[in-house]
Amino acid sequence: MLHLSMRRQLLLAGVVSCSLLLGACKRSAAPVFHGNDITGAQFAQDFRLTDPDGKERTLADFRGKAVAVFFGYTQCPDVCPTALSRAVEVKRLLGPDAGRFQVVFVTVDPERDTPVVLKAYMAAFDPGFIALYGSPQRIADTATSYRVMYRKVPTASSYSMDHTSSTFVYDPDGNLRLQLRHAMSASDFADDIRTLLHS
Amino acid sequence: MKSAIPFFIAATLFAGSAQAEVSVKDAWVRATVPQQKATGAFMQLQANSAANLVAASSPLTPDVEVHEMTMDGDVMRMRQIKELALPAGKTVELKPGGYHIMLLNLKKQIREGETVPLTLVIKNKDGKEESLRVMAPVRALNAGAKPMEPHHHQ
Repeated sequence: MLHLSMRRQLLLAGVVSCSLLLGACKRSAAPVFHGNDITGAQFAQDFRLTDPDGKERTLADFRGKAVAVFFGYTQCPDVCPTALSRAVEVKRLLGPDAGRFQVVFVTVDPERDTPVVLKAYMAAFDPGFIALYGSPQRIADTATSYRVMYRKVPTASSYSMDHTSSTFVYDPDGNLRLQLRHAMSASDFADDIRTLLHS
Repeated sequence: MKSAIPFFIAATLFAGSAQAEVSVKDAWVRATVPQQKATGAFMQLQANSAANLVAASSPLTPDVEVHEMTMDGDVMRMRQIKELALPAGKTVELKPGGYHIMLLNLKKQIREGETVPLTLVIKNKDGKEESLRVMAPVRALNAGAKPMEPHHHQ
């Protein structure tokens, strides 16, 4: 009987010290993300594009915030509104941290995505989201530097744009940290942003 | 959440023939902002005998196409398709992340709360074409991928 309870105590002690250790580990080690940690990657370092008010923007404008950059086009019925709706949800989930989260949408279709369309489109989701455009050449160069693929695909009466749908996330110091897949849930996305803001 | 009222049309336009009878559920169109030229229409289709959706039209624009969105790794691809198979008794969903009807080269903004008339052209196994009228309510631009009902979602 005594033997058994001693053993139990030992076991308990073991469990406690393990979890203490784990806790300590968790605090000191690199943060764990749901998304793909690309800290130190040499692509997607920055952009220089124009916002709908005609102002030139770079990553430095958003220092102090976690920044999520993704590419798309407003004539897209599908991925882009879904991604923007998710960004709205992420912001809601962030609660008090929402003010330190910036969404940046880069159009791959500057031909149709005029500043007027871009501004209204962002406002339909969150007036704080910023859409950026540039000359076709500037957009192409930006996409290349982000390893983002996009391509105009003709249809019978118009065209659609194939494009990379992942999101690039920067920490508040402007360092590239994560690449998030389109399929990622809003709660995982928000977790990662929170981790970046608090680590 | 607004305007998620199930929109149900029993397509009994095929009266008098033993043709494919197609029902349309939860049809909706995503709203646009001014000067936006394109948007998508979504719905659930069910044919009681095998048929194909071969075309769609709308008085809003002469350019209506059936598209399929697929993910190739992390690249989103959008393609026009010639026809969409409607197997007998099976619900085929046109939804964000899959098939949709594209309204292109729009002349004016489509606002939340409006209704967009659509005509679907359904071809049955014998090659006979029938048209089916759908009145699709317009949902907000930021309407989610999934409607309210707890449907199995990927």
